[in-house]
Amino acid sequence: MAFDILEPGLATTVQDEGRIGYYRFGLPQGGSMDQYSASLANRLVGNTVAEAVLECTYIGPKIVTTTDAVIAVTGAPVDVFVNGEIVPEYERIALVTGDELKFGVIKGGTKYFIAVHGGIDVPEVLGSRSTYPIGAIGGVEGRALKAGDLVPVGVGRDNGLPELRAIALEDRPVFSKDVTVRVMLGLYDQNLSAKGLETLLNSEWVLTPVADRMGLRYSGPGVEWKEREQPFGAGQDPSNIVDAGYAVGSIQIPGGTQPIILHRDAVSGGGYAMVATVISADMDLVARCAPGTKTHFVAVTMEQALEARHENTARAARIWS
Amino acid sequence: MTPQTTARYTWGGDEFLFVEIAEGMSLEANFISNSIANALEARALAGIVDICPANASLLVRFDPDKLAWQELERVVHALEDEVRASTEKVLETRIIEIPVWYNDPYTNETVARFREGYHQRPEGNDLDYAAEVNGLADAEEFIKRHHESPWLVSMVGFVAGLPFLYQLVEREQQLEVPKYLSPRTDTPPLTVGYGGCFSCIYSVRGAGGYQMFGVAAAPIFDPTQALEDFSDFMIFFKPGDIVKFKPIDETEYRRIRTEVDAGTFRYRQAPITFDLKAALADPDGYKLSLLEALNGI
Repeated sequence: MAFDILEPGLATTVQDEGRIGYYRFGLPQGGSMDQYSASLANRLVGNTVAEAVLECTYIGPKIVTTTDAVIAVTGAPVDVFVNGEIVPEYERIALVTGDELKFGVIKGGTKYFIAVHGGIDVPEVLGSRSTYPIGAIGGVEGRALKAGDLVPVGVGRDNGLPELRAIALEDRPVFSKDVTVRVMLGLYDQNLSAKGLETLLNSEWVLTPVADRMGLRYSGPGVEWKEREQPFGAGQDPSNIVDAGYAVGSIQIPGGTQPIILHRDAVSGGGYAMVATVISADMDLVARCAPGTKTHFVAVTMEQALEARHENTARAARIWS
Repeated sequence: MTPQTTARYTWGGDEFLFVEIAEGMSLEANFISNSIANALEARALAGIVDICPANASLLVRFDPDKLAWQELERVVHALEDEVRASTEKVLETRIIEIPVWYNDPYTNETVARFREGYHQRPEGNDLDYAAEVNGLADAEEFIKRHHESPWLVSMVGFVAGLPFLYQLVEREQQLEVPKYLSPRTDTPPLTVGYGGCFSCIYSVRGAGGYQMFGVAAAPIFDPTQALEDFSDFMIFFKPGDIVKFKPIDETEYRRIRTEVDAGTFRYRQAPITFDLKAALADPDGYKLSLLEALNGI
C-alpha cells in the first residue's frame, strides 16, 4: 500500500499534529502549517486528527496509487485532477489502483493537504511523523518528497468512513489577501518606543515572498526601539537580547525593519527581541497567507485569546461529532 | 548593575510563559533558570508541554485548556522564590572534552564566501577580527583564551541540539565578539561559533550569525544514533554540561573522523559536581579543579 511519487512538487512533506516536547533541545514542533485544513482532510477520510498527511506547497505532486485508496484534498484553493478529470476539494474521493492524482495552479494561499484513509504511514520519530528537514528526521528520510519515492499508506481503522462526505461551505477556511491577525503584546515589547509600538499595531504590513515553514517576513514602515544601554552579552543592536527561547508565533523585528512571525519549524531560540505573539487561534490564519497579503496586527488580551481558542475547539468538536 | 531580585513574567501568546531572570548574562541567572526548570519538571504538572531553560530566562509551553495560566504563573513564582532562597547551589553534571580544529580550511572557506555586506571587517578572517576587538595580539592568543578555560552549556536550542556556551571566567576576562552584520545563509556542520559572550557549536548545516573559529571533529547531533554517546538520545548536550575545548591539528582531526565513521568514537567525559559558590568565589582555582576530573581518564 503506497503512493508512487512521479513528480514530487515544490516542497511536499509528511506532516501531522507535530512533535511536541522536544523544543528544549532545539527540535521544533513542526506539523501541518494549517492544522485546521489538514484536520478537515483527515475527517473526510475517516482518520483521527492525529494521522499524517501530505502537505503541498504551491506546486503539488503527481502521484500514482499502488492500492485502492480513499483521499481528500483541503486547504488552499487548487484544481485537483484524477486521471486528468477535475474532482472537488473538500470532498471524499475514491481512487482505485493505478489512478493518477495531480494538481493545477494554486489560486490562493500557499499550502494544501492530501489525507488518505489509514494515514501516511512513515515511521514515527520522537512521537511524530512530521518532517524536519534541517535535522533530517521524520517523514520520508527526513526530507521533502523526491520522484521515485514510494510513500507508505497505513491500514484504516475498522469503523470505516464517516457519513460526512463533504465539508460545508461555511466550515471551509477562507484564503484572503487582506487579514487581521490577533496578537498578544509581551516578551520584549517594552524595548519598543511608544511610537514603535504604535507603528507595529497601526500600519499595514505586506507579507514578502520570504515566507516558509520557519517564518514569515513582512515589509512595512519599520519600527523604532527605545535608546538603551545594551545588557551584558546581548549584542549591540537595540533589537538584540541575551539569547532566549522563542515562543512559537512570536514576532521579532531584527534591526527594526521587517517583522518576522516564527512558525512551526522555526528555530527554538536566539538573540532577537520578540515584541508580540500571534494567538494560538490565529496561527492557521497566518499559514494561509500568500505573499502580498495585507496584514494588520491587533492586540488582544489573554482572555480574548483563550475565548478565540475555545471557539476553535467548539467548531472542531462540532465537525468531528 | 545590581542583579534583579525577582524575575520578569510575561506571556508569549496563550501557550507560552516567558520568565526573564535577568536582562544581562551571568552565571547566577543561568543557574536560577536551570534550577526553576528542574524544579518545575519535578512537579510533573498536568498541562506542561515543554520547559526550555535559556541563558538568563526560561520559556514554558503549556496547554491552557489543561492548566490555567494564572495557576502556572503562581507555581513558577513559588519555585523561583524557593530557588532564590536555597543555599544549595550545586549541580550534578559532567565535563566533556570537545576536540576542535581551530582556524581550519573548511570554516575559512565559508568565512571567505560571506564578507562584503555580511561582516564588520571584510579583510582577514573571523579569528583575526575577534582577536582585534578583544585587544589581543593575534588569532593564536584568541584561540588560547578560547580553549584554556572551560565553558558551561547555558542553553540548548536554535536548531537541533545546538549548545550555547558561557565561559567560566571572571566578567573582565569574558571574550565578546559581535555577531555578523547580517546572518550567513550557510554554516558548515560542527562549526565552532561566537556571538556576544557566547560560543556555540552548530549541530547541523544552515544559516547562522555567529563568527566562525574552527570545526569540532565529532558529531553532537546524530539522528541515526550510531555512536555510543547517542545510544539514549540523538542529542548530546544538556544544559549544565561543562565543556573543555581541546585544540587539535589536521592529523588528529582525520584520526577522529575515522573513528566516527567506524562507529567507535567516544567523547572523553567524567562526572563532576558543579558548585556555583565555589565557581564565583575563585574562578581561576575552580576551573583547574574542574579540569582535573578529565585528567584521570
